[in-house]
Amino acid sequence: MTTLSPTGPTGIATSAPTTGIAADLTNVVRSEWTKFRSVRSTYWTLIASVVVTVGLSAAICAGFEHGASQEDKQTTDLVQLTLTGAFLSQLLIGVLGVLVITSEYGTGMIRTTLTAVPRRWLVLAGKAIVFAVVVLVVSTAMAFAAFLVGQAILSQSLSVSLSESGGYRAVTGAGLYLTVVGLFGLGIGTIIRHTAGAISALVGVLLVLMIVVSLLPSSLNDHIWRYLPSNAGSAIMKTRPDSSTMAPWNGFALFCGYTAATLVVGAILMGRRDA
Amino acid sequence: MIEVERLRKRYGSKVAVDDLSFEVRPGRVTGFLGPNGAGKSTTMRMILGLDRPSGGAVSINGRSYGSRRRPLFEIGALLDAKAVHGGRSAYNHLRCLAQSNGIGRRRVDEVIDLVGLGSVAGKRVKGFSLGMSQRLGIAAALLGDPGILMFDEPVNGLDPEGIAWIRTFMKAMAAEGRTVFVSSHLMSEMAVTADHLVVIGRGRLVADASIDDVISGSTQKSVLVRSPRADQLSSLLDRHGATVATAPDGALTVSGLDAAAIGDAAAEAGIALHELSPQRASLEEAYMALTQDSVEYAAVSTGGGSAGPGAAAGAPAAAGAAGAAGAAVPDSAWAAPGTAGARTPEQAVPAPIDDPWAKGPTS
Repeated sequence: MTTLSPTGPTGIATSAPTTGIAADLTNVVRSEWTKFRSVRSTYWTLIASVVVTVGLSAAICAGFEHGASQEDKQTTDLVQLTLTGAFLSQLLIGVLGVLVITSEYGTGMIRTTLTAVPRRWLVLAGKAIVFAVVVLVVSTAMAFAAFLVGQAILSQSLSVSLSESGGYRAVTGAGLYLTVVGLFGLGIGTIIRHTAGAISALVGVLLVLMIVVSLLPSSLNDHIWRYLPSNAGSAIMKTRPDSSTMAPWNGFALFCGYTAATLVVGAILMGRRDA
Repeated sequence: MIEVERLRKRYGSKVAVDDLSFEVRPGRVTGFLGPNGAGKSTTMRMILGLDRPSGGAVSINGRSYGSRRRPLFEIGALLDAKAVHGGRSAYNHLRCLAQSNGIGRRRVDEVIDLVGLGSVAGKRVKGFSLGMSQRLGIAAALLGDPGILMFDEPVNGLDPEGIAWIRTFMKAMAAEGRTVFVSSHLMSEMAVTADHLVVIGRGRLVADASIDDVISGSTQKSVLVRSPRADQLSSLLDRHGATVATAPDGALTVSGLDAAAIGDAAAEAGIALHELSPQRASLEEAYMALTQDSVEYAAVSTGGGSAGPGAAAGAPAAAGAAGAAGAAVPDSAWAAPGTAGARTPEQAVPAPIDDPWAKGPTS
């Protein structure tokens, strides 16, 4: 052990400029990128998301193409139909978002992380940036894949194209929606810190809340339904106006608002609580 | 240099760290000793800014931890070797930590070689033995080549070879002029690694002294005496210059006089003795007495005696009293543990907590 010399910081090559918040954030983003790409759960979850999104969409489109009535074929939002898989893969992406933070709390790694980066909000910001970029790329790609596969299957008797009104917006919107669902999961994970609890909460907010609200008397239901996080957010994937949901971008903006609020609460709690 | 000043940590109604003040200086290994649950880890987490103190402050090289941009260059810590993501390779674990402080790839390779993990750097941490995990944690602590190193129970669960490696390592780090702060619940471990000791019990400072002082202090002789006329004997021995502590069961622990002198004095006064047994505190015993009873000390301040296990039942109720006596100054008692209180009656301790060594072995 005597080979060490107390040279201090100057003895160590650093890989970034030394001043400024941008440099600090850059370092943290690099660090979080290494973390994100160096565990297998990232790959498995993303692969599963692609398989589920494309596979489920293909199955639904195939069933629809064969079994739907002529009337249904006239009235159904076909673009949205090709994106049906996103309703399932949102859980996988959401769980991935949860795991980005709860796996650190679960293993105790968070204490090492926060020892290296005492300004905690930087850690959360770094995680959010890395997660958002990676998931946006992957989920946009898989949304287009799902659309193209669905389009090919439906093309036997129906025609659906990106160029019809709202088509592009709906497909890219699926990528955006899934990314924000993941960030929502990250926020919930930061607040709750336990994997199982955070996943339960996420599923509760995304899905169970819909079931509960649908059981309410319609006088109440009508007022609440469209503002639920998943209903508001997924409005962006629709190409046909629907009186029960918000306008696409309005709904998506509301969902982004929910997510931002969750992340801000998470950041505040993270800064205050003992790690 | 780590400075801890009047640090307090409260979890609900439980006080985990209570008015704790000490300094950790460079160039030596400072042992942080206390039984499990004494508040060592809590204190270390507060030093690193992980837990928020309920009161008091910690500064590292004169500044608080939380404001630091690249703390790994100043302080390296290993709190829990198993607190890593098992699915990540050792190399990537170190790499992500290094990146967060702008430390380059070359240094990661260096620390891996330094701790001897070169052959398993690409393996997932999940399969690591505790010893390998400890080495990984130490590698992480060394990334920034910091002047301060802090380890929480680094030898826990290690095989003899691993223990020897860590001991040598810590001493080498201190010899290079670094500040090394290492916790343990084993006095025997500290006796071979530490130059200086900070001892806490139930969150309070019990001792802050050099290891030499602790050893000389704890090997002092005391004599256990029982007599049907304990009270009279006690004041008699007091006049002979001894320090007498009375246990609840009436036994006297006498220091400052040897067994022969006590027996002679008793015979002269016509006081019967039922027991007269010289005691020698081992390091371990003395430490147990020091830490186990740290609450009771304050609670039985009028008796001047060691409470011993017999009094343990009263301990929970005594917690409030201990808190009230927060101004007790354990530091001063440790200015010279070998001499203060026990051997010189003029310095008779005002409250028993001030010089636990004076009581010799309890029970």
